[in-house]
Amino acid sequence: MTLQSLDIKRRSATTTPAPNARTTLEVAKLIDISKCIGCKACQVACMEWNDLRDTVGKNRGVYDNPADLSDQSWTVMRFAEVEPTPGRLEWLIRKDGCMHCADPGCLKSCPAPGAIIQYSNGIVDFHEEACVGCGYCVIGCPFNIPRLAKKDGKAYKCTLCSDRVAVGREPACVKTCPTGAIVFGSKEDMLHHGAGRISDLKERGYQQAGLYNPPGVGGTHVMYVLQHADRPELYQGLPKNPGISPLVVLWKEIAKTLMNIGLGAAVLGGVFHYLTQGPNEVPEEEEETL
Amino acid sequence: MSKQTLIQRHTAGARLNHWLVALAFILAGLSGLGFFHPGFFWLTNLFGGGTWARILHPFFGAVMALFFLLWVARVWKDNRITAVDWQWAKHMGEILRNQTKNLPPVGKYNLGQKLLTRALLVAILLLLASGILLWQPWFAPEFSIDLRRKAVVVHAFAAFVALICFIVHVYAAYWTRGSIRAMTRGTVTAAWARHHSAGWHKEMAGKNQ
Repeated sequence: MTLQSLDIKRRSATTTPAPNARTTLEVAKLIDISKCIGCKACQVACMEWNDLRDTVGKNRGVYDNPADLSDQSWTVMRFAEVEPTPGRLEWLIRKDGCMHCADPGCLKSCPAPGAIIQYSNGIVDFHEEACVGCGYCVIGCPFNIPRLAKKDGKAYKCTLCSDRVAVGREPACVKTCPTGAIVFGSKEDMLHHGAGRISDLKERGYQQAGLYNPPGVGGTHVMYVLQHADRPELYQGLPKNPGISPLVVLWKEIAKTLMNIGLGAAVLGGVFHYLTQGPNEVPEEEEETL
Repeated sequence: MSKQTLIQRHTAGARLNHWLVALAFILAGLSGLGFFHPGFFWLTNLFGGGTWARILHPFFGAVMALFFLLWVARVWKDNRITAVDWQWAKHMGEILRNQTKNLPPVGKYNLGQKLLTRALLVAILLLLASGILLWQPWFAPEFSIDLRRKAVVVHAFAAFVALICFIVHVYAAYWTRGSIRAMTRGTVTAAWARHHSAGWHKEMAGKNQ
């Protein structure tokens, strides 16, 4: 929920244009994994700004805490101990959360009008008061991000601090990051900043360093600088070529259009048949012979 | 109208079963259509809004599936497809043009009805299975996202088949005069039985003698 209302690019389950008189600057958050020290200050800032308190979980012997995203944890650090080249251990720490896709699978799947909003600045926001709790956003998301709350049955995820961004401030996680691993600005500036970081990493021996801004979802408004951009799966299963599942496209675009036409045709067929042929009656002479 | 001989076609128990299926089907259909396409979302208002429609829809569906399976068990013996049915099917063009004299003597149900039962059985079993995979918050979280993606496609497709069956079924009942009373009063006229289900009429007449 934000105060913005006139700069909506797309609105879930809505077939007419959204109110889009205002066009705002396209924004993005850039997460430079090579600078992340895994301090989890971003998780704390997120909880604090958004008034979220997850329940205290169990220690599973790994640094990931909490273990997964939830309605109360919109971002979690995912720690991966990997050897990208044998004998060379690297600790890759990825701040997981909503990627704010340009082509959001959650929004495409959502059947509730206005429950998912994409602003012209690129932020994909859930409006929980319109959410019906069907869980289709979970099915639509290529990154496995939205979580249904047990408490109220509504779906929650990172808002990219749409309330802060609306009044010209950076997201809480960006504000708090002590190493500058998370930066925020116009998408153009972030692409530029990312390019600088990547050339720096390449100079330092990370030949495969690159930007994660996957074209399969039209690009994202949360981007990563990866040391090993050729192998995003090293970062606790970051998908290599994410896109909206073909099943979701089949369900939402092809099947439903054909089916609506089919149902309409069946009804019209019945009307046409009755008007041209009339009722199927037992002939009168058969009645009389009884 | 003179007094006509009536033949019992459906017992009170069968009628009750049928109308429970119909009621649950309509409720599940109206609440489900709201999620099928945004153009139908307003239908969820009939149930108290989107969230209530989402909560109630699977219960309507489960009740429908339960009573439909009971119904199938009830009518299965009259639903076996016989050689006469295929003879009858050859006259489909004439039947659709209401030229219904001298048709092969089919049993209690004709091939159209038998195929409808089968199509609905397949559709409802698919709806039940895929619906459980999608049922929030009870069952859906137990299944993988990939499986649930398949389930939404199956659910939408099976719902489409069921809705087409529903439209055909309702229209056929309206079109074939004297049929609706079989499911409201339980009886049809003897002339109706002889005209539309000659095989069944003969069987019933044999029983009564």
